[in-house]
Amino acid sequence: MPDHSVRPAPPEAPQASPGQNLSGLFRGTDEAQALKDPKSGKGIALTSVPAFVAGAELADLADTNDRIVVLTADLAHANRTIDFGIRHPDRFFNVGVAEQNMISIAAGMASTGLIPYAATFAAYAALLACEQIRTDCAYTGMPVRILGHHAGMSLGFYGTSHHSLEDLGIMRTIAELTVVCAADANQLRAILRASLSHPGPMYIRMGRGRDPQVYAEPPADFQIGRATRLREGTDLAIITTGSEVHPSLAAAERLAATGIGVRVIDMHTIHPLDTGEILAAAQQAGAVLTVEEHNVAGGLGSAVAETLADAGVAARFRRLGVPGVHVVLGPPAALYAHYQLDAAGIESAARQLLAGFGRPT
Amino acid sequence: MRGEIRTYPARGTKERAELVARLADRAKFIRLETVRLAEIPGAGHYTGTFSAAELIASLYYAELRYRPDEPGWPERDRLVLSKGHAAIGLYPVLADVGFFDHRLLDDYTRLGSAFGDHPDMRKITGVDFSSGSLGHGLSVSTGMALAGRIHGLGYRVFCVAGDGELGEGQMWEAAMSAGQFGLGSLVCVVDRNGLSIDGPTEEIMGIEPLADKFASFRWDVQRIDGHDLDAILDAYDRLEPPGRGRPQVIIADTVKGRGVRRMEGDVGWHVGRLAGADYDEVIAEIRAGLQPLTAGGHDA
Repeated sequence: MPDHSVRPAPPEAPQASPGQNLSGLFRGTDEAQALKDPKSGKGIALTSVPAFVAGAELADLADTNDRIVVLTADLAHANRTIDFGIRHPDRFFNVGVAEQNMISIAAGMASTGLIPYAATFAAYAALLACEQIRTDCAYTGMPVRILGHHAGMSLGFYGTSHHSLEDLGIMRTIAELTVVCAADANQLRAILRASLSHPGPMYIRMGRGRDPQVYAEPPADFQIGRATRLREGTDLAIITTGSEVHPSLAAAERLAATGIGVRVIDMHTIHPLDTGEILAAAQQAGAVLTVEEHNVAGGLGSAVAETLADAGVAARFRRLGVPGVHVVLGPPAALYAHYQLDAAGIESAARQLLAGFGRPT
Repeated sequence: MRGEIRTYPARGTKERAELVARLADRAKFIRLETVRLAEIPGAGHYTGTFSAAELIASLYYAELRYRPDEPGWPERDRLVLSKGHAAIGLYPVLADVGFFDHRLLDDYTRLGSAFGDHPDMRKITGVDFSSGSLGHGLSVSTGMALAGRIHGLGYRVFCVAGDGELGEGQMWEAAMSAGQFGLGSLVCVVDRNGLSIDGPTEEIMGIEPLADKFASFRWDVQRIDGHDLDAILDAYDRLEPPGRGRPQVIIADTVKGRGVRRMEGDVGWHVGRLAGADYDEVIAEIRAGLQPLTAGGHDA
């Protein structure tokens, strides 16, 4: 029977008029005020972050690198890979609605020395073309970069057919496949730059392209496989990735205001995992909260739990994510609130975790 | 552009007869090696390899341009064995033409061997792409052909596909895109042996009219007897230059198990094992060369 017990989600925030700052529309606007640059301590002005930058960034990189090619599956405008296509039409391929064909074509191209970037909805990259990624890209060691955008439930009321809340769980079990999540446009730029010299295939998970800014500029110290510590604190460690980095930082600010120190770790690389950073966080804070826009089964939280269990490190622990359901219908912002994946929800989960742990709440 | 357009000696000439005899001998070699290697694990994809023996022999000993002493030669023609289960017939050829020492094949399928039932490009020199999962090869070949255009190289890409795998939707995604992109350098050779694992393709999931299907996807189509080496060479000769704007398919009508009477047209031999006296009989039969088809044969 359908579950009608869930109350209808609140309506989406009012639409912006043209030219208006859009950044507040897709997360609660309150959390935006609290953000500070983790290094300088200065407040971050949440300017409107351009939608998808991958097309433009790859076009820039391709000006000096003739190995780059870009493919998409009838989403050139939705993911802005058209920005690449306009500048490098000879190296841009739209295969139509045929994701499996796209991934295998990319693999064939890579076998001749090219570095293909293949972009489509994360749901169709990681789920529909999963076997092509495994067999044609990972098994062969081909340097194909799969750009899985609109990941998680960021397509909101498009529904489960368009959500990818399983992709991290699937992708991280594929041998020799590097799995990286972009928290914002600037980190995505850094990931793409690093990808040029990275051996083997990569699955690069991206949001809806309207992600609020976390990094003021492409982090110069970005390294695939090395987590980024964004904030220090001794009472709790939040280990998060991708779209949840921003609200996790906002939640940490709120907790700090009541005297709870939170370390926030951007675990951008899910595979291979920076286990040293996880173990250090657990040992130093004693409490670990993982936050991800993904089912709690199989994703970042599972990977962190495996790491702690394998090492015999005990810590108060909770995985925050979508609790293994096909999500209710609603616009993205309402969905994040509904599943406790906004700043308020993360703050609440953190307080519950610590309350059961004899720590101040 | 392609460096040379290969024109084979005309039919009726001594040179042609010698070439065909040489290819027939190498097709025999493929069958003999398949039987030998399959004894190691005790199972083998005999029949789908036998149906492709003349096709594989004619490609590696006549049509393809490659350099065994420079396996990464950027301008080489590529071969993607989309029907990866015929790899048991490909390995001996790669060794024979000089990509690696044939003695490596003695470890076929053994623990740690490079050589399994399906080919692995990272372990085996001369394999242009790994395969095994049906339906992928034509997409991979399309990518290689597009890359050739980007690199400005005139190589051809040959995709050897089974007919059963044409049930995979991805094959038709690839066919559609190759037509759209106008990939004249792409040649798909379909081993049309008429049988998939569970029975005749036309009973399990019909794929005819196959020529019309490819033509409607904007491919140039040839249909030949895939065991007639003269017909195969003629088909290669008729291929348009790779710079031309349409992909090309050679539908090769073949007989699954061709060359071993008990296997010809027998669906039960897709994977099988020979035993004792049967083994010697089969070896003798292969050495005798192709005989007129039996009642179970495709065009009998």
